[in-house]
Amino acid sequence: MQRRDFLRLNAIAGASALLGPSLAGCSQPAEWQRLMTAGPATIKPTACNMCFWSCAAQVHVRDDEPWKITGHPDDPHAMGRLCTRGTAGLGAYYDPNRLIKPLLRVNRGGSQQFDVVSWDDALGFIAGRLEKVAKEHGPQALATLVHGPGAKHFVHLTKAFGSDSISEPAFAQCRGPRDTGFYFTFGEGIASPEQTDMENAKCVVLIGTHLGENLHNSQVRTFADAIRNDATIITVDPRFSVAAGKSKYWLPIRPGTDIALLLAWTNVIMAERLYDADYINLNTIGFNALAAYIAPFTPEWAYVETGIAADVIRKTARVMAASAPATVIHPGRHTVWWGDDTQRARAVAILAGLLGIWGQKGGYYLPEAVKVPEYPLPAYPVPKKSWRDITLPKFPLAGQGVTNVMLDNMVGPDAYYKAMIVYDTNLPMTMPNSRATLTKAAQSLDLLVVVDVQPSEMTGFADVVLPECSYLERYDPLRSESERDPCIALRAPTLPVQGDSKPGWWMAKEIGHRLGLDQYFPWKDYTEVLDWQLKQVGSSLAEMQTIGLKMFPRKTPVYYQPGAPLTLQTPSGKIELYSQALADAGFDPLPRFTRHAQRPDGFLHLNYGRAPQHSFSRTQNNPVLYQLMPENLVWIHPDTAMKFAIDNESYVRLVNQDGVVSNKVRVRITERIRPDSVWMVHGFGHTAEGLTLAYGRGADDSALMTRVLYDPIMGGTGMRGNFVTFQKEAA
Amino acid sequence: MAHYVMVIDTKTCIGCTDCVDACRMENNVPEGLCFDWVVEVTTGRYPELKTEFRSERCNHCSRATCVTACPTGASQYWNDSNIVVVDASRCTGCKACIAACPYDARLIMQPEGYIGKCTFCVHRVQYGLDPACVAVCPAKAMHFGRLDDPASEVFQLLESRESYSLNPETGNEPNVFYLR
Repeated sequence: MQRRDFLRLNAIAGASALLGPSLAGCSQPAEWQRLMTAGPATIKPTACNMCFWSCAAQVHVRDDEPWKITGHPDDPHAMGRLCTRGTAGLGAYYDPNRLIKPLLRVNRGGSQQFDVVSWDDALGFIAGRLEKVAKEHGPQALATLVHGPGAKHFVHLTKAFGSDSISEPAFAQCRGPRDTGFYFTFGEGIASPEQTDMENAKCVVLIGTHLGENLHNSQVRTFADAIRNDATIITVDPRFSVAAGKSKYWLPIRPGTDIALLLAWTNVIMAERLYDADYINLNTIGFNALAAYIAPFTPEWAYVETGIAADVIRKTARVMAASAPATVIHPGRHTVWWGDDTQRARAVAILAGLLGIWGQKGGYYLPEAVKVPEYPLPAYPVPKKSWRDITLPKFPLAGQGVTNVMLDNMVGPDAYYKAMIVYDTNLPMTMPNSRATLTKAAQSLDLLVVVDVQPSEMTGFADVVLPECSYLERYDPLRSESERDPCIALRAPTLPVQGDSKPGWWMAKEIGHRLGLDQYFPWKDYTEVLDWQLKQVGSSLAEMQTIGLKMFPRKTPVYYQPGAPLTLQTPSGKIELYSQALADAGFDPLPRFTRHAQRPDGFLHLNYGRAPQHSFSRTQNNPVLYQLMPENLVWIHPDTAMKFAIDNESYVRLVNQDGVVSNKVRVRITERIRPDSVWMVHGFGHTAEGLTLAYGRGADDSALMTRVLYDPIMGGTGMRGNFVTFQKEAA
Repeated sequence: MAHYVMVIDTKTCIGCTDCVDACRMENNVPEGLCFDWVVEVTTGRYPELKTEFRSERCNHCSRATCVTACPTGASQYWNDSNIVVVDASRCTGCKACIAACPYDARLIMQPEGYIGKCTFCVHRVQYGLDPACVAVCPAKAMHFGRLDDPASEVFQLLESRESYSLNPETGNEPNVFYLR
C-alpha cells in the first residue's frame, strides 16, 4: 500500500470492518519484511513548521515516496527527536483539503462565491486594490497580521509599501504580558526558546504552564531532565496537568488568584530573609519599597484568596530559596488570562529577581544568537502615521500593535485601515470574540488578503485567498534564535510542490513587482538572499542544503560569574523591583492583587490549554494527527458531573454567561480538575467546511470568550473572563 | 540468545503519543490501526492524585503464547531472539494468535488480512538501531537494548530502579518493563 493512499482515506474503519476473511497465506510480504531488505532512504534536511519551535528536521524519501520525518541529530531544539506534531508533518503535505489554487471572491447573481483564478489575476487584483488604497488613504492604511517564520516576507512587503502597522497575535493573544512584565523588571523580554536552565535546576516552578501537554520540544526534554535529576517541581494549576503529576507540590489554585500566591511567596522570602543581601544590594533597586509593600501579603492572607494552605506556601517558598539560584521560575508563554497579566508577569519577574536566578546556572541562562545580517536593501519609506498612533492612545506601553485595536480600526466607512493582509494566522479562533468584528471589517475593508495552506476559518473572510505551499515545499527565512547554543537552521524544499501553491516569498515579491517596488526585491529567487546572508556568517546555501543546521561557538558566557554585577538594559541598569517607568505611565509600580469577577451560581470557570498532538487551530485537519486526537474533550470533576447529571463520554454544549452556545463536545469526567472549573484543549470546533476532517468536531473555547479582559498596560486580551454551564445533547 | 527488552520510565513519560505517531510513519501502519498505544492511569481523589502514562505494545514474550498457538508457524521468533514477528506469507489470518495474546497487541492488517503487530522495529534492530518509538521519545523516557548484556543501559536501569511488567502472571515472560 502506498503511503499516499492510506493518508487519503477519509473514514476510520470501525472494528467490525476489520474482520476480513481468512487467507490461504498472504501473497505479499508484510511491511516489516519489506523494510528488512529495503535500501537506504535519501535524507533531505529542512526545518519543521508544525509549530514555531522550528526544529531542524530530516525528510526521509525512499523510492520517490516520502517515508517519514525525524529530528536533526545535532539541533539543540530537536536532538534527533521531533515532537508528536513534527513526526506527523507529512500529514500536512498530503492533507487532501489543502489550498492549491488562488481564489477570488466574486458576486454572481446576488450571491458571493470563490472563483478559482490564475496567479496573475489574483496578484493583479491585490495590487490594483492596494494602489487605490494608497492613492485615496495613503499606504499606512494597510495593516498586516502575521504569524510564523514566513511572516517576514509580508512584513517586508508592508514596510516597502509604506506602512508599519504590522502585528502578531503572538503579542496581544499570547506572550505580550510576559515580555512586557520582564522588560520592566530586567530590561528585556524572555527569549524563544525560553532561557530556562531546567537541565541544571534543583527546583522548577510552573505557574499555569503545562509542559508536556505544551510540547515545545527542547522545553519538554529539559523538563524531563529536571525530573530525572530529582529537582523539586512545584506546579500551580487548577488542573492536575501532566506536569502536576510530575511534581512534588501541586498547588490547585483558585483560578485568577495567582498574583496573591506570588505576593505571598515574595512575602515569605523577604520576611524570612531567604535572599542574598549582597546580590540584592548590588543588582536591584526598589528593595525597601517592595519590603514595605509586601508586608501585609502573608501566606495566611493568600490562603483566603487562593485556597492554598499557608504552610504549603511557606514550604514551597523555602524550597525555591534554598535551591536558588538553581531555581527556574518559569515565565510561562500564553499569559493573557485576567487582564492584569503584565502585573502578574512582574510578580514572577520580581520573585526571579529576589532569588537571583537571572544569568545563573540552573536559573535563567543568557541566550545568544548568531547575528545574521539583513540583505542590503533601500531604506523603507517613513509612514505618515504609525501603528503607535492607533494603538498607544489605548494601551500606552504596548510593544507592538494590538491586534484587537487594529481590527476595531477596520470597521466602518471612516475606519483608519482600508486593507489587510493576513499571513498564516487563523484570527477567528486566535483572537477572542473577533468573529463579529471580522465580519464587519470584511465589509468595510477595500481589500482583505489571506495567505494560508488550508481553507481555515480566516479564508472565509477574504477577498483573495493565496495558497501557500507547505513548509516541506518551500524556503523560509533562516532560523537564528537567541538561545543557549547559537545555531542556524534552514527550511528548504524537500518534496515536490502540490498544485499551484507557491511559497510566501514569491507572493510578496510578485505583489511588490506589481506595485512598482522592485527595488525592495532586487533578486530573482529568495535563495539569493539566503545564500548572501549565509555567506556573511561563513556558510553558504549549498552547505546548508547539505547539513541543514550549523552550530556556532558562543562569543559570550552562558552565565554570569557568581557575585558579578548584572548588566541590564533597564533605566537604572539594575533589576527594577519597583518600576518607576510603570509609575510614570500611571500604572502600579508594584504588582497589585485584584479579585476578579465572581463565578455566577451554576457556572464554572472556562479554562483551556494545549494537547501534545496539536498546534493552535492549525493541525486538527492533519490526517495523521487526526487519528491521535480527532476531537477535544471537556474535563469535568465527578462532583460537578453529578450535580449537573452529566454522563461520562456523553456530548454536551457549553453555554457562557452571555448565552453563547458552543458546538457539542464530549465529556471527560476526571478527578484531575477543580470542581469549580472545566478545561478543554484549544483549537477544535472548526466551522470551516473545507476542513473535512476537523469540521464540526469538538468545541471552540475562543468562541465562548465574550468578556475579553484587556490589559490596560499593553493591550493583552485576557481570556479567562467567561464562565460556562451545560446544555445536554440528545444521545 | 539475544534477549531484547524495552524499558519505559513512567517518571518522565508525558503521555504525548509521539511513540504511536513515529511507529505509524516508520512502519506505514494503516489508518485507524496502531501497533502501540498510550494508557493513562489516574488514581486517588482530588486533590491527592497520581497519574501514570504507559506506552504499551507487544511484549515480545520469552514464552509467547501467540507463537505456540499459531498453526502454520507464521508467528515466530526472529533470528533466535525473543522478537516475535509474523511471516505474512505463512499467515492464514486465522486469528488464533489474537486469542492467545494477553496484551491485545495483534491486529488484522487492512486490506491484506494478515496479522500485524509491533516488531520492535526489527528492521532497525538488525542494524543496531533503537525502535522508532524509542528513538523519537521527546522526554527520553524510553530505552531499548539487550538484557543478556550486563553493561547495557536497560540492564543497568532494571538493576537500579524498581520496575514492573504487565500480566506477568500469564507465564509469558513479557519483555516490556515500566520503571516506577
